[in-house]
Amino acid sequence: MRRSLAGVAAAAVLAAASAWAAQPPRAAAPASAAARVDEQTVHDVASELRCVVCQSLSVADSPSETANQMRGIIRERLAAGESPEQVRAYFVEKYGDWILLSPPKSGFTLLVWVLPYVGLGIGLVLITVLVRRWSRAPHPAVPAQIDPAMRERIRREMSEMDKP
Amino acid sequence: MRASRLGWAIPAAVVPVLMLLAYGFKTDPHEIPSPLLGRPATAFSLTTFAGAPVSLEGLRGKVVMLNFWASWCVPACYDEAPALERTWREYKDKGVVVVGVDIQDKEEAARKFLAEFGHSFPNAPDPAGRVAVSYGVYGVPETFFIDRKGRVRFKKVGPLSDEFARQHLDALLKEPS
Repeated sequence: MRRSLAGVAAAAVLAAASAWAAQPPRAAAPASAAARVDEQTVHDVASELRCVVCQSLSVADSPSETANQMRGIIRERLAAGESPEQVRAYFVEKYGDWILLSPPKSGFTLLVWVLPYVGLGIGLVLITVLVRRWSRAPHPAVPAQIDPAMRERIRREMSEMDKP
Repeated sequence: MRASRLGWAIPAAVVPVLMLLAYGFKTDPHEIPSPLLGRPATAFSLTTFAGAPVSLEGLRGKVVMLNFWASWCVPACYDEAPALERTWREYKDKGVVVVGVDIQDKEEAARKFLAEFGHSFPNAPDPAGRVAVSYGVYGVPETFFIDRKGRVRFKKVGPLSDEFARQHLDALLKEPS
């Protein structure tokens, strides 16, 4: 099993090598440039961009033609030597911050990132304060005084209840 | 006593949420402002269905009405199609060029569309969607008004009317070139 796998791998490498060698020198330059574009990088950039014709889908996840063309443009720009950040910036330049699925961690949208933690902090402080206050409150060890008239009334009504 | 001291907490928590919801439900999520307004229009160079080259560079000094459309865009693109041709006929001698860019389409269907409406202004396919993305196009139809200095000035999402075209073209034509 292992040997056959190794054989397949060796055959694949050989095939790739011969395909490489078979390419005419002129075509080799653009082909290798395109090959250098890592599909994972394309996917990473695409997954940060909002598919403009979808609801809550990234360009990476959408099967739409628009998303398909956008992935093509991402691939093309990466192949031309742009960094993933430059490609992202290109889409932001054309569509605005709206195109980013995660709002930028600066300016007004920084609030979106910070507010949950602020809320969590306020909540924790509030709980701490309240729990401390409750645990410090003195337990009424001695039952509150009942005035004699009330005591008499309770006794009377209890005895009423005992009657058949 | 305690209730009155914490009484402010409930409105303090609820009011911002209600305000956020009121804002959120009043705004149309499909209405996205274009960051391109006021900025130089992206250059493009396409070949029309008739085989002629059309580029923004070649239209320098003219007011350009750039319309993105598709034959599958029913009914919006069909609704506005007659207005596009009427606008072109009315304004072509006044320094305006109407350019149609067909996106995500099949050539045969696109040609049928153009023949159906008798479009006589330049129309070109954008097969890889590069021009559409460079104009931040979300869907079809979208129309961009480019002034004589080559800046994007107005954007219309959805079917264009004669009145909208006239109003915005007149405004751009009045500006000194």
